[in-house]
Amino acid sequence: MIMSLLAQAGDGFLWLMSAIGLNADLMDRYGLRFLGGIWVTLQLVFLSVGIGAVLSLPLAIARIEGGKVARSVSFGYSYFFRGTPLLAQTFLIYYGAGQFRQPLTDIGLWWFFRDAFNCAVFTFTLNTAAYQCEILRGGIQSLPVGQTEGGKAMGLTRYQIYRTILLPQAYAVGLRPLGNELILMIKSSAIASVVTVYDLMGVTRLAFSRSYDMEVYLWAAALYLLMVEIVRRVWNVLERRLNRHQLLSR
Amino acid sequence: MLDLLRLLSFGPDGWGDEIARGALLTVELALTTLPFGFALGLAVALAKDSQSRALRAAADTFTTVFRGLPELLTLFIVYYGGQMLFSRVAGYFVEGATIEVNQFLAGVAALGLVLAAFSSEVFLAALRAVPGGQKEAAAALGLSRFNAFRLVVFPQLWRVALPGLSNNWMVLMKDTSLVSVIAINDLMRQTAIAVGVTKQPFFFYLVACLIYLLFSIASSLVLTKAEQRANRGLKRAGGKA
Repeated sequence: MIMSLLAQAGDGFLWLMSAIGLNADLMDRYGLRFLGGIWVTLQLVFLSVGIGAVLSLPLAIARIEGGKVARSVSFGYSYFFRGTPLLAQTFLIYYGAGQFRQPLTDIGLWWFFRDAFNCAVFTFTLNTAAYQCEILRGGIQSLPVGQTEGGKAMGLTRYQIYRTILLPQAYAVGLRPLGNELILMIKSSAIASVVTVYDLMGVTRLAFSRSYDMEVYLWAAALYLLMVEIVRRVWNVLERRLNRHQLLSR
Repeated sequence: MLDLLRLLSFGPDGWGDEIARGALLTVELALTTLPFGFALGLAVALAKDSQSRALRAAADTFTTVFRGLPELLTLFIVYYGGQMLFSRVAGYFVEGATIEVNQFLAGVAALGLVLAAFSSEVFLAALRAVPGGQKEAAAALGLSRFNAFRLVVFPQLWRVALPGLSNNWMVLMKDTSLVSVIAINDLMRQTAIAVGVTKQPFFFYLVACLIYLLFSIASSLVLTKAEQRANRGLKRAGGKA
C-alpha cells in the first residue's frame, strides 16, 4: 500500500520534472542515489560541526585562560588549520594514515582511518574546530571586563562565571559567524568526494562520468543552494529568537 | 629523516624543483584571478547599490548563487560546461568540432566568479560607509560621476574594504588547491605526483601544507603594510595624538 503510494508519488515527481524540461530518464536512474548523497553530506557536516563545536570550547578557553604553553598550542593549532587548504589537510590525513597502517593497527585505530568517510569527518572536525575556536574566542574577548568582575564580586567560581555569564553572551555574539561556518562546511564537504566519499558531490561526479550530461551538475547546484538557503533561514529565526533581548535597541 | 629531506632536493632524484614549479603556478593562478575577481566584485557591488531594480536583482542572484555553491562544483560547472558550450558553438561552424577549454583559464574563471561574489559584499559595505555628502561635495565641485567615484569615493572605500578584501585573498589562495582536481599542475597536484612515486604521502602533504602556510604568512605581512598605508591619513581616538 505505502509502496504503491510512494511509487506513484515518484512517478508524479518525474512527470513534473520532465514537464519543466529536465531529463526524467536520468533522474529515474540517479535520483535515489542523489538522495543518498545528500544524506552522506548531511552526516559529514553535522558530525564534524558538532564534534568541532565540542573541541572548540577547550581550545578557545586555553587561548584566553591558559599559560604560555596552552596558549601557543591553541594558537598554532588554529593557525595551521586556518592557513592551509582543507583539500591538503584531507589528503594529509587520508593518504598519510595509509602510510602509518602498521602503527595504527597496533594501537587499534586502523579500522577508523581505513574508511574514507571517517577520514573526511576527522579532517573536517579538526578544521572547523579551529574556525569555531576563533569565533568563540572573539565572542568572549568582545565582552567588557566588568562581566568577569561582576561575577567575581558575586563570589562565583571561575567555572560558574564562564558557564553562566561569559559563554551565553559569547555564543550570542558568535551566533551569526557560527551559522556562516555551518554554511562553509556544507560547501567544503564537497571536498570529501575527492577522496572517494559518495556525498552529494561524489554522486554527481559519478552520474556525470557515466551519462556525460551537464544537467546533473545543475541538480547538484540546486540541491546545495537549497541546503544553504535552509540553514540561512533557520539561522535568521534562531537569531531573532535567541537575541530577542537586543532587538528593541536596534 | 635525511632520506626524506633528500627527496626535496632540486634535481633529477629530488622533487624540490617540481614542487617549487607547482607553488609558482599556484601563486600565478591566484594573482591572475585577483584583478578579475575584484573588478567584477566591484561592478556587482555598484549594481547592488544602483537605482535599477533589475540590476539589483541580477546582482543579488549572482552573489546568492556563487556564495552558496561549493567552489568545487563551480569549478566543474565552468570547466565541463564551458567545454560543452564552446564545442556546441564551434559545431555550428565546423561539423563535429570540439574545443578543449584551457584548464588554467577555467580555474581563473571559476575562482574569479567566487571571489567576485564574496568581495562584492565587502565592496558594498565599504561603499555604504562613505558618507553621501562626499558624493554631493564632488558633484558640487563639478566632477563628473566617473571622476567623483575615482577621486573621491574609491580612495575612501578602499580603506574600509581592505581588511575584508585581505580575507578574500587568503580564502582565494587556499581555494586554488581545488584546481588540481581538473589536472592543473599546481602545488597540490605536483605534490600528489611526488607522493605517487615516492609513497611518502604524510611527508609531502605536510610540506605542501607548510608552503601554503608560508604564503598565508607572507600575504598577511604585506597586507598589514597595505592597511597601514591605506589608513595613513586617518586619526583615531586614543593613542598618541
